[in-house]
Amino acid sequence: MFWKSTYNEFIKIAAKPRSYIGLAAITALVSVILFAMKVDGLTYISFITASFEQTLSFEGNVLNGNLMAFIILQTLIIQIPLLVALVTGDLVSGEADMGSLRMLATKPISRTQLLLSKFLAGNAYTLLILVWLGVMALGFGRLLFGDGDMMILKSDGLVILKSDDVMWRFLSGFAIAFLALVTIANLSVTLSCFTDNSIGPIVTTMAIIILFTIIGTLDVPVFDPVRPLLFTTHMAAWRSFFDDPVPIRDIVNSIVVLVVHNVILLSIALFKFNKKDILS
Amino acid sequence: MSERIIEVKHLSKQFGRFTAVEDVSFDVYRGDVFGFLGPNGAGKSTTIRAMLSLITPTSGEINLFGKSLQANRSHILAKIGCIVEKPDFYKYLSAEKNLEIFARISGSAVSKSKIHEMIEFVGLKGREKDKVGHFSHGMKQRLGIAQTILHDPDLIILDEPNTGLDPQGSIDIRNLILKLKNEQNKTILLSSHILSEIEIIANRMVIIAKGNSIVQGNVAELLNSQDLIVYFEVDQPEKASHIISEDLSADIIGDIEKNIIQLHIAHQDIPRINSLLTENGLNVYGIESKRKLEDYFLKLVGKDVLEKHV
Repeated sequence: MFWKSTYNEFIKIAAKPRSYIGLAAITALVSVILFAMKVDGLTYISFITASFEQTLSFEGNVLNGNLMAFIILQTLIIQIPLLVALVTGDLVSGEADMGSLRMLATKPISRTQLLLSKFLAGNAYTLLILVWLGVMALGFGRLLFGDGDMMILKSDGLVILKSDDVMWRFLSGFAIAFLALVTIANLSVTLSCFTDNSIGPIVTTMAIIILFTIIGTLDVPVFDPVRPLLFTTHMAAWRSFFDDPVPIRDIVNSIVVLVVHNVILLSIALFKFNKKDILS
Repeated sequence: MSERIIEVKHLSKQFGRFTAVEDVSFDVYRGDVFGFLGPNGAGKSTTIRAMLSLITPTSGEINLFGKSLQANRSHILAKIGCIVEKPDFYKYLSAEKNLEIFARISGSAVSKSKIHEMIEFVGLKGREKDKVGHFSHGMKQRLGIAQTILHDPDLIILDEPNTGLDPQGSIDIRNLILKLKNEQNKTILLSSHILSEIEIIANRMVIIAKGNSIVQGNVAELLNSQDLIVYFEVDQPEKASHIISEDLSADIIGDIEKNIIQLHIAHQDIPRINSLLTENGLNVYGIESKRKLEDYFLKLVGKDVLEKHV
């Protein structure tokens, strides 16, 4: 029954027009960035390498697809959660709002299975969004700008990665970015269990992300103990794969924090959904 | 007595301080078309929601097919088809896709041909590929019925199935219910505030008001136990009224209109009143008796409640 219900969720997501907003937005945003870089990319490169021009000279295809993908991911990783929450925040509350949740809940499927199927479908949609972002950023980026060694400007220096040393970093980076986005998807599904309003969980998810991001970036000592525990702090963990050497310890720590968040969110959602009086 | 399909015992549900249902009890037997009556806000939908595990009762017990709903939820729900309040489908999906979605988790294997058969059965053939968002209320209601019987359930629960339907739609639903009962021996619980529908369809009923069950039993027996409304058409209504008012066995109800006086009397008193009138020189042109559920309902629930809510 769980897999049948999950299949139902896939059909519903595929049929909803809003599910395509995310894919369309990624296509548009990445296209705009790639176009801008194609037209004016060298100016951008000159700007970021200005402080090194006295000591280093850069040769070869500096403005390559690998760098493009990195720039795009860094730029869009803040916007992607909104696109994910737009669909996942609606999975329970949207059905409650529409009344179809009432019809689903009278079927011989346990509420736990029903909710887990929604979580799974939401996570699959998140994966689709991220894969599309990867195809657009890395695939089209490399198609338009070609391959090459990757040059990344960090706060403490410049990291140069050989072209044959990049792909595994992207794949690992996407994996941990997926975990971070799944946390946001699961947060919005959990919030969705608390209301019959379709928009509320989406807005609340974004509000939480903004609040946590502000807390995470504010350089105020009072937030120091809290900062490592916020999931938003670990949303940028994918970038760690582009450090040399890769800080495995920090990455493992981020994975643990994100997994714990997901377990807690899932537990809250299951408890609430199983106790929920369906009145809509 | 046949097998007990629904057994609701002392059911209560509170939402905060508000008591929606208090100590409601009733039984439904196999093959019954059971009328579940009450004015709006009486607690009908809350009771039905509790019977379908949509809400958790504050207290009381619900047994379906002889088993506790709480302990056997999935097993029991697989045997039930229902519409609660109104059928709410996915507007962005076609009628066919909607039925496929609900069939998939109905607990039974439902073939595509069965889905098409049901679409035809409820008169929606040719519209199966249309999105439900384009359907009228009546069409959604028909699709709701199709969804209800798709997996061949033993018990069908219909909460206000006539809401929003035109007269022809109501007749179609009524005929459908009777067909399900007569041809397939389904047990049907039918909640409604349209009393004439229940009177025609149901064999047993319960009436609830303000969250409490007032009376339950066989519809015909309950109505027979009550006095009748009898209309006497006479040539001298004022005189007739005077004569009858001296007879303590009859109550004159309603105003005298067009030589007709309206009485509330027991069935066996009709010939005696007729004799009384003729013996006093009045001509009686006609006698019409009515035993209506509406009158019975009014008497039990209270006219003010009915006027306010129904």
